[in-house]
Amino acid sequence: MHSPARQNLMLLIIGLTFAFLYIPISVLIGLSFNEGGMPTAWTGFSFKWYGELFRNADILNAGLNTLIVAVCATTLATILGTLLAIGIEIRRRRGRALEALIFAPMIIPDIVLAIALLSFFSLLKVPMGLHTIIAAHVVFNLAFVCAVVRARLKSFDWSIVEASSDLGASAWTSYRRIVIPVLAPAIVAGALLAFTLSVDEFIIAFFTAGAGRGSTTLPMQIYAMIRFGVTPEINALATLVIGVSVTALALAQRLNKGALPGQ
Amino acid sequence: MDSRSSTILIAPALAWLTALMVVPCGLILTLAFFRRGIYGGIDYTFTLENLALVFDPLYGSILLNSARIAGIVVIIACAVGYAAAYAIASMPRARQPILLFFAVLPFWSNYLIRTYAWMVLLNREGLITQMARWTGYSGEMPQLLYTEGAVILGLVYSYLPFVILACYAPLSRLNPEIAEASQDLGASGWTTFRRITLPLTLPGIAVGAVFVFVLSIGNFVTPALLGGGQFQMIGNVVYAQFLTANDWPFGAALSMVLIAVMMVLLLLQTMAVERGTRADA
Amino acid sequence: MTTPITTLTAFALFTVLTATGSQGQSLTISNWDGYMAPDAIAGFTAETGNAAELVLHATNEEIMGKLIASGGQGYDVVFVSSPFAEILHNLGLAEPLDHAKIPNLANLYPEATKLAHDPGNAFSLPYAWGTTGLCYRSDLMAAAPTSWNDLLSPSAEVTGKTTMLATDRWLLGAAFLANGMSVNDTDEADLAKVRDTLIAAKRTLLAFDDTTFYAKLVSGEAVMTQAWDGWCNYGIGENADIKYVIPSEGSDLWVDTMVIMAGSDNKDAAYAFVNYILDAGNHRWAAENILYKVPNKAAMEGLSPDLLTQYTNMAITPADLLKYEQLRDVGEAQRAYSRVVTEVMASQ
Repeated sequence: MHSPARQNLMLLIIGLTFAFLYIPISVLIGLSFNEGGMPTAWTGFSFKWYGELFRNADILNAGLNTLIVAVCATTLATILGTLLAIGIEIRRRRGRALEALIFAPMIIPDIVLAIALLSFFSLLKVPMGLHTIIAAHVVFNLAFVCAVVRARLKSFDWSIVEASSDLGASAWTSYRRIVIPVLAPAIVAGALLAFTLSVDEFIIAFFTAGAGRGSTTLPMQIYAMIRFGVTPEINALATLVIGVSVTALALAQRLNKGALPGQ
Repeated sequence: MDSRSSTILIAPALAWLTALMVVPCGLILTLAFFRRGIYGGIDYTFTLENLALVFDPLYGSILLNSARIAGIVVIIACAVGYAAAYAIASMPRARQPILLFFAVLPFWSNYLIRTYAWMVLLNREGLITQMARWTGYSGEMPQLLYTEGAVILGLVYSYLPFVILACYAPLSRLNPEIAEASQDLGASGWTTFRRITLPLTLPGIAVGAVFVFVLSIGNFVTPALLGGGQFQMIGNVVYAQFLTANDWPFGAALSMVLIAVMMVLLLLQTMAVERGTRADA
Repeated sequence: MTTPITTLTAFALFTVLTATGSQGQSLTISNWDGYMAPDAIAGFTAETGNAAELVLHATNEEIMGKLIASGGQGYDVVFVSSPFAEILHNLGLAEPLDHAKIPNLANLYPEATKLAHDPGNAFSLPYAWGTTGLCYRSDLMAAAPTSWNDLLSPSAEVTGKTTMLATDRWLLGAAFLANGMSVNDTDEADLAKVRDTLIAAKRTLLAFDDTTFYAKLVSGEAVMTQAWDGWCNYGIGENADIKYVIPSEGSDLWVDTMVIMAGSDNKDAAYAFVNYILDAGNHRWAAENILYKVPNKAAMEGLSPDLLTQYTNMAITPADLLKYEQLRDVGEAQRAYSRVVTEVMASQ
């Protein structure tokens, strides 16, 4: 085991980093309980903005849409991206063109991708809705997942897999039993990355959403509402999202004891 | 390894990318060779004037400035992100996914809300000033908001979790036993790090750096809000061509050059990383 | 491992099936947040029996990008500012209006039917109009500002405490007016002069701000801002020391309009909607609640006089409004404008 001094150093690093990450979050959580609503003065503790939030059907609807989009896009992107990463890393010859193709979704300016997809979908008379947003999000998400998983694969010892097939295991078994479990932390990291990207993405969602309320996502809704600065309702919403996510994690932990890597 | 199984594995993703990125973006980027119509539509006469305009010093200087700011963001974010990822990877295995979860959780709120929270903190009468007053400091506070520093802070903040996730991927392999074995054999902690850990995890840092650079250079909301609109990034310019100027041909030309430049940089970087990891294998 | 995948795939399929079916029958209206009464849609449906849904856009540019890329599909009525309505018309995306279907058109001021961008209301209906000027804290400034140059070349007292609008046309507008030019000027030499004025001005600014400048005035972070008159009213509402003035060189007349899309499948319902909005009582809501002037004579005449004294810019007469030049689409010169703005924003 490592020395306690080293352990403490690690904990300190994590502590400082998370403190930094949560500074604005604490501000907005605090403001969501501020009676007055303006960030300039604290006028008392109040739940009223949460009440306002629950009465706002548009925000709740947009929130649900965002969740649907993020979950679907993440799932698809994680699968496609992981397969892509493995497939590339086992190739002996990787052309520059292939590498370029995988980098492209990250480099293309969002506005270009957004307009390109909308024009393309309109040209083909594809009906637009949440599914077109999902399709668009998968495009860049899978590139990020692939990059993260590849980073892990670069130091992967393929000889184990070769040994396994020498011993008669099928390719599928080798992958399922050897490669995937080792990759699991990287896949989880990639999935978290994809989810985070989708949940907060505005411009591509706005353009590929189609016109109706049924395909409005939360970033679209909030962006439009921000005309007058942040209303406390929105702070309440952000606080709620965080609260719900933490609760979901706690539940998942309870239900999945043993399923997470390392447990 | 079997190149047939490689093809099967990469086919679905490539098909997706071809249909939903290559084709649509290809169509839009070809507009670079046409003219902007009088009312903002497209006038289909062939011209190279858009591409020529991209090389005007104005855009070159904006690109360089954006790259400079993005570069600073990359250095800070990678240093902090790698340290954080290393620390997380040295925690008990079961805790690691939970720590990663909490690292990204703030970013499931909303980008604008977080940015406004920073503005509340940093503005002249903001929370930081108020806290300083509260501790007795009564002098003039330096300008925090609407500065380049604020933009860099905002960008580092926004993309730190991505670096953490990217660095974590190869670091997750870190076997405490390797480090212990190396130290048992007499190597110092630093040598262990330099000879074993770093090459192993270099691809992670490289990927993280790519993420931060690419995302920072295209970001225009943070400079607009935290910078008070005073710092023009190349992302703003591209956005402006497509939406404000209604000049899709020039926007396409600008994007084409931008993509080409970035692609070259990325490919060079990939080659450097490959060389770096292979050298110590 | 496979069960979560199966569940999620099923979930995804479910979404696809439900998402595609949701369009078609009801009217889709795109507007800025808070720009119409919260019960406008409900009231409209109750009165005319047409279903409608409201979606939001944050800026003109975004909704225009979406409309142009999709060829106007999916939307029935959009609220856009006048230069953009012109663009929609020039691109053939705006429906030519049949006035017989909009009886409430009669409620408009005569001046509102002779607007430069659309004389005779061939393709757009004005929803709100106003001016752009200086919004400032009278208690924090020694003397009231009277000229655009008070903003562009500020005195030591206000340097570092001013903001300007970031949106292209208005940013340029301030400099055009200060230099005695038209806000639709396209002459190269004039543009160069405007660029130089703005680059010098940028160095004295606190920030460019389109949305929270009045909050900055209230908090004292800024002392003088370039502002649309309606927005200044929000500041006035919070702090009575805030005042609005149109500089001596003049202002521009901005007009936000309603446009029916040519590609709409529900044109009759769309006509019913715009007619509903132009009703005196409905239109008055905008004036009373978002403190913008509306070009609706019947609506404005019903306003309470207190409103007009508290918010002095509400009292300007249409005849006076029309003295100011409207922002027009400048066609190809838009590229030059965009370049000037880029140069200004990138300058240090």
